[in-house]
Amino acid sequence: MSSSLISPNPIAMGNPPAAASDRSREAKARRRKKKAQAQAQAQPKARSQSSKWKSQAQQQIFSSSLLQALANSRRGGGGSGGGAGRAVREAADRALAASAKGRTRWSRAILAGRIRISKFRKRKRPAAAVAAAAAAAGRSRKPRVSVSRLRGKGLPAVQRKVRVLGRLVPGCRKEPLPVILEEATDYIEALEMQVRAMSELARLLSGGASNGAGSSSNSPTAPPPSQ
Amino acid sequence: MSSRRSRQSGGSSRISDDQIIDLVSKLRQLLPEIRDSRRSDKVPASKVLQETCNYIKNLHKEVDDLSERLSQLLSTIDPDSPEAAIIRSLI
Repeated sequence: MSSSLISPNPIAMGNPPAAASDRSREAKARRRKKKAQAQAQAQPKARSQSSKWKSQAQQQIFSSSLLQALANSRRGGGGSGGGAGRAVREAADRALAASAKGRTRWSRAILAGRIRISKFRKRKRPAAAVAAAAAAAGRSRKPRVSVSRLRGKGLPAVQRKVRVLGRLVPGCRKEPLPVILEEATDYIEALEMQVRAMSELARLLSGGASNGAGSSSNSPTAPPPSQ
Repeated sequence: MSSRRSRQSGGSSRISDDQIIDLVSKLRQLLPEIRDSRRSDKVPASKVLQETCNYIKNLHKEVDDLSERLSQLLSTIDPDSPEAAIIRSLI
Protein backbone atom coordinates (compact mmCIF):
# COMPACT_ATOMS: atom_id res chain seq x y z
CA MET A 1 0.00 0.00 0.00
CA SER A 2 2.46 2.59 1.14
CA SER A 3 4.98 1.79 -1.56
CA SER A 4 2.44 2.25 -4.33
CA LEU A 5 1.54 5.63 -2.86
CA ILE A 6 5.10 6.84 -2.61
CA SER A 7 6.62 5.52 -5.82
CA PRO A 8 4.71 7.65 -8.35
CA ASN A 9 5.91 10.89 -6.80
CA PRO A 10 9.55 10.88 -7.86
CA ILE A 11 8.57 9.79 -11.36
CA ALA A 12 5.98 12.52 -11.69
CA MET A 13 8.52 15.06 -10.42
CA GLY A 14 10.90 13.95 -13.12
CA ASN A 15 10.39 16.95 -15.45
CA PRO A 16 13.54 19.05 -15.97
CA PRO A 17 12.92 22.14 -13.74
CA ALA A 18 11.80 20.03 -10.81
CA ALA A 19 14.80 17.77 -11.21
CA ALA A 20 17.15 20.76 -11.23
CA SER A 21 15.65 22.19 -8.06
CA ASP A 22 15.85 18.73 -6.55
CA ARG A 23 19.49 18.50 -7.39
CA SER A 24 20.30 21.88 -5.93
CA ARG A 25 18.34 21.03 -2.83
CA GLU A 26 20.27 17.81 -2.52
CA ALA A 27 23.53 19.65 -2.84
CA LYS A 28 22.46 22.10 -0.17
CA ALA A 29 21.45 19.25 2.08
CA ARG A 30 24.80 17.61 1.51
CA ARG A 31 26.63 20.80 2.34
CA ARG A 32 24.54 21.24 5.46
CA LYS A 33 25.28 17.68 6.48
CA LYS A 34 28.99 18.25 6.07
CA LYS A 35 28.80 21.39 8.14
CA ALA A 36 26.93 19.59 10.88
CA GLN A 37 29.47 16.82 10.90
CA ALA A 38 32.32 19.28 11.12
CA GLN A 39 30.63 21.02 14.02
CA ALA A 40 30.03 17.74 15.78
CA GLN A 41 33.67 16.83 15.41
CA ALA A 42 34.82 20.25 16.58
CA GLN A 43 32.99 19.82 19.88
CA PRO A 44 34.95 18.07 22.58
CA LYS A 45 33.67 14.57 23.22
CA ALA A 46 33.34 14.92 26.97
CA ARG A 47 31.17 18.01 26.70
CA SER A 48 28.69 16.90 24.07
CA GLN A 49 27.01 14.36 26.30
CA SER A 50 26.68 16.44 29.44
CA SER A 51 25.74 19.76 27.88
CA LYS A 52 22.07 19.26 28.65
CA TRP A 53 22.37 20.94 32.04
CA LYS A 54 23.95 23.99 30.48
CA SER A 55 21.10 24.80 28.14
CA GLN A 56 18.84 27.74 28.79
CA ALA A 57 15.80 25.59 28.09
CA GLN A 58 16.70 23.23 30.91
CA GLN A 59 17.07 26.13 33.29
CA GLN A 60 13.69 27.45 32.22
CA ILE A 61 12.08 24.09 32.87
CA PHE A 62 13.63 23.93 36.30
CA SER A 63 12.69 27.51 37.23
CA SER A 64 9.09 27.16 36.22
CA SER A 65 8.64 23.84 38.00
CA LEU A 66 10.26 25.27 41.12
CA LEU A 67 7.97 28.31 41.09
CA GLN A 68 4.98 26.11 40.45
CA ALA A 69 5.88 23.94 43.44
CA LEU A 70 6.40 27.01 45.60
CA ALA A 71 3.11 28.50 44.51
CA ASN A 72 1.34 25.24 45.34
CA SER A 73 2.95 24.96 48.75
CA ARG A 74 2.05 28.56 49.57
CA ARG A 75 -1.54 28.05 48.57
CA GLY A 76 -1.78 24.82 50.55
CA GLY A 77 0.12 25.36 53.78
CA GLY A 78 1.08 28.98 53.91
CA GLY A 79 3.81 27.88 56.27
CA SER A 80 5.39 31.03 57.67
CA GLY A 81 7.32 29.07 60.29
CA GLY A 82 11.04 28.64 60.59
CA GLY A 83 11.11 25.90 57.96
CA ALA A 84 10.30 28.16 55.04
CA GLY A 85 13.82 28.05 53.70
CA ARG A 86 13.88 24.29 53.99
CA ALA A 87 10.56 24.03 52.18
CA VAL A 88 12.03 26.02 49.31
CA ARG A 89 15.07 23.82 49.35
CA GLU A 90 13.02 20.64 49.17
CA ALA A 91 10.96 22.08 46.37
CA ALA A 92 14.15 23.06 44.57
CA ASP A 93 15.59 19.58 44.91
CA ARG A 94 12.40 17.97 43.69
CA ALA A 95 12.22 20.34 40.76
CA LEU A 96 15.82 19.56 39.91
CA ALA A 97 15.20 15.84 40.07
CA ALA A 98 12.09 16.23 37.97
CA SER A 99 14.03 18.08 35.28
CA ALA A 100 16.46 15.17 35.15
CA LYS A 101 13.49 13.07 33.98
CA GLY A 102 14.52 10.03 35.95
CA ARG A 103 17.54 9.35 33.80
CA THR A 104 19.93 9.29 36.73
CA ARG A 105 20.09 7.48 40.01
CA TRP A 106 20.45 10.63 42.09
CA SER A 107 17.27 12.14 40.67
CA ARG A 108 15.29 8.96 41.24
CA ALA A 109 16.60 8.85 44.79
CA ILE A 110 15.46 12.40 45.48
CA LEU A 111 12.02 11.75 44.07
CA ALA A 112 11.64 8.44 45.89
CA GLY A 113 12.82 9.47 49.33
CA ARG A 114 12.24 13.14 49.81
CA ILE A 115 11.52 12.84 53.53
CA ARG A 116 14.53 10.70 54.20
CA ILE A 117 16.81 13.12 52.40
CA SER A 118 15.65 16.13 54.34
CA LYS A 119 16.11 14.26 57.61
CA PHE A 120 19.51 13.09 56.50
CA ARG A 121 20.55 16.64 55.72
CA LYS A 122 19.33 17.90 59.03
CA ARG A 123 21.35 15.33 60.88
CA LYS A 124 24.37 15.63 58.69
CA ARG A 125 25.30 19.16 59.60
CA PRO A 126 25.97 18.66 63.30
CA ALA A 127 27.74 15.40 62.51
CA ALA A 128 30.03 17.16 60.06
CA ALA A 129 30.70 19.90 62.57
CA VAL A 130 31.61 17.32 65.21
CA ALA A 131 33.88 15.55 62.77
CA ALA A 132 35.56 18.79 61.81
CA ALA A 133 36.05 19.70 65.46
CA ALA A 134 37.46 16.26 66.17
CA ALA A 135 39.80 16.52 63.21
CA ALA A 136 40.94 19.95 64.33
CA ALA A 137 41.51 18.67 67.87
CA GLY A 138 43.41 15.70 66.57
CA ARG A 139 45.57 17.90 64.44
CA SER A 140 46.42 20.24 67.25
CA ARG A 141 47.34 17.41 69.58
CA LYS A 142 49.25 15.26 67.14
CA PRO A 143 50.69 17.19 64.27
CA ARG A 144 52.57 14.21 62.88
CA VAL A 145 51.59 12.84 59.53
CA SER A 146 52.28 9.25 60.42
CA VAL A 147 49.31 9.15 62.76
CA SER A 148 46.84 9.58 59.95
CA ARG A 149 48.52 6.78 58.08
CA LEU A 150 48.15 4.43 61.02
CA ARG A 151 44.56 5.42 61.56
CA GLY A 152 43.72 4.79 57.94
CA LYS A 153 45.05 1.27 57.81
CA GLY A 154 41.58 -0.22 57.43
CA LEU A 155 40.64 1.76 54.36
CA PRO A 156 42.94 3.44 51.88
CA ALA A 157 42.46 7.19 51.60
CA VAL A 158 40.91 6.95 48.17
CA GLN A 159 38.27 4.47 49.26
CA ARG A 160 37.35 6.60 52.23
CA LYS A 161 36.85 9.56 49.94
CA VAL A 162 34.77 7.46 47.58
CA ARG A 163 32.53 6.64 50.50
CA VAL A 164 32.15 10.27 51.46
CA LEU A 165 31.32 11.12 47.87
CA GLY A 166 28.80 8.30 47.69
CA ARG A 167 27.03 9.79 50.66
CA LEU A 168 26.97 13.25 49.12
CA VAL A 169 25.33 12.13 45.88
CA PRO A 170 21.75 11.03 46.54
CA GLY A 171 21.13 7.35 46.01
CA CYS A 172 24.80 6.48 45.62
CA ARG A 173 25.70 5.43 49.12
CA LYS A 174 26.25 1.81 48.23
CA GLU A 175 27.08 2.05 44.57
CA PRO A 176 30.35 0.92 43.00
CA LEU A 177 32.96 3.49 42.08
CA PRO A 178 32.18 3.92 38.37
CA VAL A 179 28.53 4.58 39.13
CA ILE A 180 29.42 7.11 41.79
CA LEU A 181 31.78 8.91 39.42
CA GLU A 182 29.23 9.08 36.64
CA GLU A 183 26.43 10.19 38.92
CA ALA A 184 28.63 12.78 40.61
CA THR A 185 29.52 14.27 37.24
CA ASP A 186 25.89 14.67 36.28
CA TYR A 187 24.86 15.77 39.76
CA ILE A 188 27.46 18.55 39.87
CA GLU A 189 26.28 19.97 36.57
CA ALA A 190 22.70 19.78 37.76
CA LEU A 191 23.59 21.57 40.99
CA GLU A 192 25.39 24.29 39.06
CA MET A 193 22.28 24.79 36.99
CA GLN A 194 20.18 24.86 40.16
CA VAL A 195 22.38 27.57 41.64
CA ARG A 196 22.31 29.58 38.42
CA ALA A 197 18.54 29.35 38.11
CA MET A 198 17.87 30.16 41.75
CA SER A 199 20.18 33.15 41.81
CA GLU A 200 18.56 34.36 38.64
CA LEU A 201 15.17 34.09 40.32
CA ALA A 202 16.43 35.88 43.41
CA ARG A 203 17.82 38.61 41.19
CA LEU A 204 14.52 38.97 39.34
CA LEU A 205 12.52 39.07 42.54
CA SER A 206 14.74 41.51 44.37
CA GLY A 207 15.46 43.70 41.36
CA GLY A 208 12.20 45.62 41.25
CA ALA A 209 11.06 45.08 44.84
CA SER A 210 12.79 48.08 46.33
CA ASN A 211 15.88 49.94 45.26
CA GLY A 212 17.43 49.71 48.70
CA ALA A 213 17.55 45.91 48.56
CA GLY A 214 20.30 45.74 45.99
CA SER A 215 22.02 42.77 47.53
CA SER A 216 22.49 40.91 44.29
CA SER A 217 26.25 41.37 44.55
CA ASN A 218 26.21 39.50 47.86
CA SER A 219 24.39 36.54 46.47
CA PRO A 220 26.52 33.45 46.09
CA THR A 221 26.85 32.47 42.49
CA ALA A 222 28.53 29.55 40.88
CA PRO A 223 31.67 30.25 38.90
CA PRO A 224 30.69 30.55 35.27
CA PRO A 225 31.16 27.21 33.51
CA SER A 226 33.28 28.72 30.80
CA GLN A 227 35.16 26.74 28.18
CA MET B 1 46.37 -9.19 47.20
CA SER B 2 45.76 -6.07 45.23
CA SER B 3 43.85 -7.84 42.49
CA ARG B 4 41.59 -9.49 45.03
CA ARG B 5 40.90 -6.20 46.69
CA SER B 6 40.02 -4.52 43.42
CA ARG B 7 37.61 -7.32 42.64
CA GLN B 8 35.93 -6.89 46.00
CA SER B 9 35.42 -3.19 45.44
CA GLY B 10 32.90 -4.17 42.79
CA GLY B 11 32.31 -3.15 39.22
CA SER B 12 35.94 -3.46 38.22
CA SER B 13 35.25 -6.79 36.58
CA ARG B 14 32.99 -5.03 34.10
CA ILE B 15 34.65 -1.65 33.89
CA SER B 16 38.29 -1.25 33.07
CA ASP B 17 40.81 1.02 34.73
CA ASP B 18 40.91 3.12 31.59
CA GLN B 19 37.23 3.84 31.88
CA ILE B 20 37.63 4.88 35.50
CA ILE B 21 40.48 7.18 34.52
CA ASP B 22 38.24 8.63 31.87
CA LEU B 23 35.44 9.19 34.38
CA VAL B 24 37.80 10.82 36.85
CA SER B 25 39.18 13.17 34.21
CA LYS B 26 35.65 14.15 33.17
CA LEU B 27 34.88 14.89 36.79
CA ARG B 28 38.07 16.92 37.12
CA GLN B 29 37.04 19.23 34.30
CA LEU B 30 34.03 20.30 36.36
CA LEU B 31 35.96 21.29 39.45
CA PRO B 32 36.93 24.95 39.55
CA GLU B 33 39.79 24.32 41.95
CA ILE B 34 41.70 21.93 39.74
CA ARG B 35 40.11 22.33 36.34
CA ASP B 36 42.74 24.72 35.06
CA SER B 37 45.77 23.30 36.79
CA ARG B 38 47.78 22.44 33.71
CA ARG B 39 46.66 20.05 31.04
CA SER B 40 48.76 17.17 32.26
CA ASP B 41 47.05 14.43 34.21
CA LYS B 42 49.15 14.92 37.27
CA VAL B 43 46.26 15.54 39.63
CA PRO B 44 45.94 12.36 41.70
CA ALA B 45 42.57 10.63 41.91
CA SER B 46 42.34 11.22 45.65
CA LYS B 47 42.69 14.95 45.06
CA VAL B 48 39.94 14.86 42.44
CA LEU B 49 37.68 12.98 44.85
CA GLN B 50 38.42 15.39 47.65
CA GLU B 51 37.70 18.40 45.47
CA THR B 52 34.52 16.77 44.19
CA CYS B 53 33.28 16.35 47.75
CA ASN B 54 34.21 19.93 48.62
CA TYR B 55 32.54 21.30 45.54
CA ILE B 56 29.31 19.38 46.09
CA LYS B 57 29.24 20.60 49.70
CA ASN B 58 29.76 24.16 48.53
CA LEU B 59 26.98 23.86 45.99
CA HIS B 60 24.66 22.43 48.63
CA LYS B 61 25.45 25.37 50.86
CA GLU B 62 24.76 27.81 48.05
CA VAL B 63 21.42 26.17 47.36
CA ASP B 64 20.61 26.36 51.07
CA ASP B 65 21.42 30.07 51.17
CA LEU B 66 19.49 30.75 47.99
CA SER B 67 16.50 28.82 49.35
CA GLU B 68 16.55 30.96 52.44
CA ARG B 69 16.76 34.09 50.36
CA LEU B 70 14.03 33.05 47.95
CA SER B 71 11.68 32.14 50.77
CA GLN B 72 12.22 35.58 52.29
CA LEU B 73 11.67 37.25 48.94
CA LEU B 74 8.54 35.24 48.24
CA SER B 75 7.06 35.95 51.64
CA THR B 76 7.35 39.69 51.10
CA ILE B 77 5.84 39.66 47.64
CA ASP B 78 2.34 40.97 47.20
CA PRO B 79 0.21 39.07 44.73
CA ASP B 80 -0.51 42.26 42.77
CA SER B 81 3.08 43.47 42.48
CA PRO B 82 5.15 43.37 39.29
CA GLU B 83 7.33 40.65 40.85
CA ALA B 84 4.31 38.40 41.20
CA ALA B 85 3.61 39.07 37.54
CA ILE B 86 7.15 37.96 36.74
CA ILE B 87 6.57 34.73 38.62
CA ARG B 88 3.29 34.16 36.83
CA SER B 89 4.90 34.74 33.47
CA LEU B 90 7.65 32.24 34.26
CA ILE B 91 5.19 29.57 35.30
